[in-house]
Amino acid sequence: MSSNSFAYSEQSGGGEATELGQEATSTISPSGAFGLFSSDLKKNEDLKQMLESNKDSAKLDAMKRIVGMIAKGKNASELFPAVVKNVASKNIEIKKLVYVYLVRYAEEQQDLALLSISTFQRALKDPNQLIRASALRVLSSIRVPIIVPIMMLAIKEASADLSPYVRKNAAHAIQKLYSLDPEQKEMLIEVIEKLLKDKSTLVAGSVVMAFEEVCPDRIDLIHKNYRKLCNLLVDVEEWGQVVIIHMLTRYARTQFVSPWKEEDGLEDDEKNFYDSDDDQKEKTDKRKKSYTMDPDHRLLIRNTKPLLQSRNAAVVMAVAQLYWHISPKSEVGIISKSLVRLLRSNREVQYIVLQNIATMSIQRKGMFEPYLKSFYVRSTDPTMIKTLKLEILTNLANEANISTLLREFQTYVKSQDKEFAAATIQTIGRCATNISEVTDTCLNGLVCLLSNRDEIVVAESVVVIKKLLQMQPAQHGEIIKHMAKLLDSITVPVARASILWLIGENCERVPKIAPDVLRKMAKGFTSEDDLVKLQILNLGAKLYLTNSKQTKLLTQYILNLGKYDQNYDIRDRTRFIRQLIVPNEKSGALSKYAKKIFLAQKPAPLLESPFKDRDHFQLGTLSHTLNTKATGYLELSNWPEVAPDPSVRNVEVIELAKEWTPAGKAKKENPAKKFYSESEEEEDSSDSSSDSDSESGSASGEQEEEGDSSDDSSEDSSSEHKSDSESASEVGNKRTAKRNSKSKRKRDSEDGENENEKSKTSDSSNADSSSIEESSSDSESESESESESESRKVTKEKEKKTKQNINPLTKDVSLLDLDDFNPVSTPVALPTPALSPSLIADLEGLNLSTTSSVITKEVRLKTSEEKSRKIFKDYNPHIMVSTPVFVPVKTHVLLHRMSGKGLAAHYFFPRQPCIFGDKMVSVQITLNNTTDRKIENIHIGGKRLPVGMQMHVFNTIESLEPEGSITVSMGIDFCDSTQTASFQLCTKDDCFNVNIQPPVGELLLPVAMSEKDFKKEQACLSALHLPAQQTQEC
Amino acid sequence: MIHSLFLINCSGDIFLEKHWKSVVSQSVCDYFFEAQEKAADVENVPPVISTPHHYLISIYRDKLFFVSVIQTEVPPLFVIEFLHRVADTFQDYFGECSEAAIKDNVVIVYELLEEMLDNGFPLATESNILKELIKPPTILRSVVNSITGSSNVGDTLPTGQLSNIPWRRAGVKYTNNEAYFDVVEEIDAIIDKSDDVSFHPCIRFKRWESERVLSFIPPDGNFRLISYRVSSQNLVAIPVYVKHCISFKENSSCGRFDITIGPKQNMGKTIEGITVTVHMPKVVLNMNLTPTQGSYTFDPVTKVLTWDVGKITPQKLPSLKGLVNLQSGAPKPEENPSLNIQFKIQQLAISGLKVNRLDMYGEKYKPFKGVKYVTKAGKFQVRT
Repeated sequence: MSSNSFAYSEQSGGGEATELGQEATSTISPSGAFGLFSSDLKKNEDLKQMLESNKDSAKLDAMKRIVGMIAKGKNASELFPAVVKNVASKNIEIKKLVYVYLVRYAEEQQDLALLSISTFQRALKDPNQLIRASALRVLSSIRVPIIVPIMMLAIKEASADLSPYVRKNAAHAIQKLYSLDPEQKEMLIEVIEKLLKDKSTLVAGSVVMAFEEVCPDRIDLIHKNYRKLCNLLVDVEEWGQVVIIHMLTRYARTQFVSPWKEEDGLEDDEKNFYDSDDDQKEKTDKRKKSYTMDPDHRLLIRNTKPLLQSRNAAVVMAVAQLYWHISPKSEVGIISKSLVRLLRSNREVQYIVLQNIATMSIQRKGMFEPYLKSFYVRSTDPTMIKTLKLEILTNLANEANISTLLREFQTYVKSQDKEFAAATIQTIGRCATNISEVTDTCLNGLVCLLSNRDEIVVAESVVVIKKLLQMQPAQHGEIIKHMAKLLDSITVPVARASILWLIGENCERVPKIAPDVLRKMAKGFTSEDDLVKLQILNLGAKLYLTNSKQTKLLTQYILNLGKYDQNYDIRDRTRFIRQLIVPNEKSGALSKYAKKIFLAQKPAPLLESPFKDRDHFQLGTLSHTLNTKATGYLELSNWPEVAPDPSVRNVEVIELAKEWTPAGKAKKENPAKKFYSESEEEEDSSDSSSDSDSESGSASGEQEEEGDSSDDSSEDSSSEHKSDSESASEVGNKRTAKRNSKSKRKRDSEDGENENEKSKTSDSSNADSSSIEESSSDSESESESESESESRKVTKEKEKKTKQNINPLTKDVSLLDLDDFNPVSTPVALPTPALSPSLIADLEGLNLSTTSSVITKEVRLKTSEEKSRKIFKDYNPHIMVSTPVFVPVKTHVLLHRMSGKGLAAHYFFPRQPCIFGDKMVSVQITLNNTTDRKIENIHIGGKRLPVGMQMHVFNTIESLEPEGSITVSMGIDFCDSTQTASFQLCTKDDCFNVNIQPPVGELLLPVAMSEKDFKKEQACLSALHLPAQQTQEC
Repeated sequence: MIHSLFLINCSGDIFLEKHWKSVVSQSVCDYFFEAQEKAADVENVPPVISTPHHYLISIYRDKLFFVSVIQTEVPPLFVIEFLHRVADTFQDYFGECSEAAIKDNVVIVYELLEEMLDNGFPLATESNILKELIKPPTILRSVVNSITGSSNVGDTLPTGQLSNIPWRRAGVKYTNNEAYFDVVEEIDAIIDKSDDVSFHPCIRFKRWESERVLSFIPPDGNFRLISYRVSSQNLVAIPVYVKHCISFKENSSCGRFDITIGPKQNMGKTIEGITVTVHMPKVVLNMNLTPTQGSYTFDPVTKVLTWDVGKITPQKLPSLKGLVNLQSGAPKPEENPSLNIQFKIQQLAISGLKVNRLDMYGEKYKPFKGVKYVTKAGKFQVRT
């Protein structure tokens, strides 16, 4: 580290020297020739005069102009002597600007800079803390090696200053001195050690920053301060929070054992671990048998959680990475919501957050699956955001959501941004390999893309198809034939070359086509692109080896053509191939193996995420973003096998008592820190360890001292006691207030109407056209009455829905009861509005030009009618499976958590074609684990199905984390009846009998057809004695 | 952490530089310009660039690039968030964050940057503290200062800096005490699923957790109390609909363009301030359109069509129709352009969120309270 910074300072020093040199010559250059510079000189003269005048206003003007020059990057160094004289100015603004100047140029004019030092030394003793602090700032920013001892002294003194603001500046000065003279390290560490003990939230962030720069390896300095840092964290300023959280993440990874191995019974331990804290021995014994989380480990995880709600994206990310790296796997899930929220932010934040989500989503799909739609791409997103979102969508794809995703990809493929379209095609390829159910569908879709007009799209499709076929070569004779036909139309060389390679590889599977292709190619050999020519040669060679009877002459013809080609690469290749495959005396041993050489089994390319290898960097770091180790990156160590002695973090009680008495007093002067972490303490007090007990004890002692004025910041920000009593009285108030407001509301609702009228009329005169409601209870009744009056315009059905959705938000007590929406149920609760009718149709539709607005009428036909089945089978061009216009959000309970011993299951009809079979109805099942233990081996056991009914079960779920939820899809062929499908939902230990009975409506399939056809079909149906209305549900 | 900052305008001029440690030559920005050239579009310049000796982390705000120079490992979001805070502060002080405003107030800018960062680590970023240290420019003050020679710079440490509530200065006194709430909601058309909130640090998190009450000591002046995100599961909540018919004929140099906007489920409120922006495909040469309402412009260079609609009156729905001239001979565009829509609905919070009540404790006066609701289009995109 030190060598790094040293090396750097040399470089930068060099850079400056040259830069300086240039500027120096330009300013000194003979004035006559360059009018510009001479005027500069003159200007500077007049600045000098102004600085020497005895009027402050003139000096200030001069300084402002000089700062303007610095800001533009112009050289103002020659004014140094004139400026430095003003360092002791009484005018604070002049003084500050002189400081700005000094910090910029002192390094270049070291001797002159020394003149100012005595002024700073005096200012360091000033009674005004702001002046002391800024003197220290400037003194430590002057990079003049000669004053190192003076700086050291100043830092030491400042670190004991009464003002926390000065101490904060001292912490910053440590880093400055360290970079100026690394030799001072040991002395500086002493200061750091001292400042780490500081109890001011103002200092905490800065000193940890200094720790990270000067001695990040001295983890021992943290032990005694660990609990304090955890407890102060919420109240530290946001920038400090980021630094502290990153440091504590590293700390935790060296001091605690991994919480990832066995997580069973975690919650139970959590309840009693504070009790066992006293006797450590018992605990270490216990650990060998079952994992117990160190209470300090838990403390960190718990105390960082509220910061997920920070407005600062860096803080949210810092907490997220902490959870990712040190919390039990079952608890990581809570960060996803906050990270997704950050995506509403500006593009730079999005970029970084998406990168981190991409890394996380590879390892833990489930975390972000409920937020799938947050990663949908807008056409206005910058390309870098688009590709990142696409990456995440790919990582999240599973058999339950793939149909929705493929439909979304269909839009992307048509994007004007061709780079993005190409990336989408790659993505489809990856989905096809990962999810075997859709491989064929994707392949078909990609084949259709081969006739796309855009070269990039075609080329990319060919490449992807090639990769796909390479993985399962056995089954795809048909597609190879299809691609062979495409050779007639496709012109993009890279695509033609890929097709030829593919045919060559599979020449034994398409024995009739391959020689024919070779014949065609031989005909046009001379006019092909070089890339294609090489592949024609390859194809010829492979055919010669496998089917020499038919192709011997052809190959020789091609080899002859190649021999005289203009391109030497092709001539070389021709020569090489001829030697290898045509046996003669010279060819030697190699030609025996020609077949093995040409038709060797080639490994299929791996289609995997580019983010796969990023997980070894700590999330949220620069190194993670760049995917290379940045200078100064601190490795996150692996968990230790055995935890180091946890007692090192114990703060001795005697010492505490000593420290606390003055600290308690100091707290009267300094604002207390417990303001925003108030109830935290309450929570802990019952079960916290001895030292935090004493902490809260002393805190409560201090409460009695508080006064009532809120002017005094120390008191108003202080104790829980006050806010408790306040909150108690608030509750009281609220109760009465609520009663009041209730009774009042009745009155108000009448008044409200009138007022509402009033405000409406006054609106027109109000420029803002905003209504300012005088009291909130008014506003409620008002908008309620409004919404009622509005609802007249809305159809009843819709009204119900809006009410349903507004209701949770209009609860009386809470302003914003957002948690009412249970994220666990969301994957089911939010059905996709646009679901794919048929995957194949989807992707085949890729190349269809956008149907601009064919007005279609939507009809749902009952699939049971043999007639309509037939229509489907015949692929009647007038009737196309279409997207359901409306998918209800309703879920049905499959297994209640009470009867399922904590396992809850809901099912839902997504109304999309089933991927398991066209007679089956798709059913999505969401499983929730409401217990505190992992539920393992969830699968479907015995089925009791009526005759003819069939069921495609979901794959066994290995394990479901506590609080975890997972959505799986299955298919059931109800035989077009509403008979109940009964089966057993089993876990490792239990079996539960469950039933699914479909409503009639869910057995239908949406299709689109013209009105004429509809009438025709309707006529057929009525012949079957079905009331026409029943089929007309649109 | 943050070594230096360069402000760069759209034409690539570095018009301000500030160094917190030793000076880094402007030439480091060449790496940035290189990346900018490669990216073609300003939006695509990567926010993090690695150079042989430094890392450049940049943001793009109001047509300006804020490029910071970093030397060692740092969380990128830390820098990004800070740079945005700098831009916010400029906006707050000068009313706009533009090259002209920054150049006009270069001394204040410098003083601000000096206070916001010490040795590359943020020192004071709260607007309430900064405003006590460095007073924002006003015409009156600059006149007074030039006569009396008094300064814009405070000489005592702002009280907020030392307290645990750095966002509020002490001893705030007004003759009228007012609390206004603007509930501004934005609708994203690609609707998200779950809800989440982020808070200004002044909110007592524990009270929120236990009682679902927002309890806080507010900063003095405007500030963002909470940001929230609610999922809108019912599609009917989208207040406008668009009928569109955009088609390009094969082998012909013209196409049809027809869009109509109508209100839907707007709860009786007028939808106003509607603007439709369409990025037309590159082959479009020009457009001849007739709006029934408002005015439209088409920029043939950037191919952006902007239609300023105004209000919707349900009796007569605004529409924009006409012909599109395409480059002859070029293949017709494969994809129809997406429509980006902006709108505003006053007096409505579409999520149904309400400021239920505002109670104040610890003060004797009763403040005037007001709540204003606005619903706006966020990222609202209609795929055609």
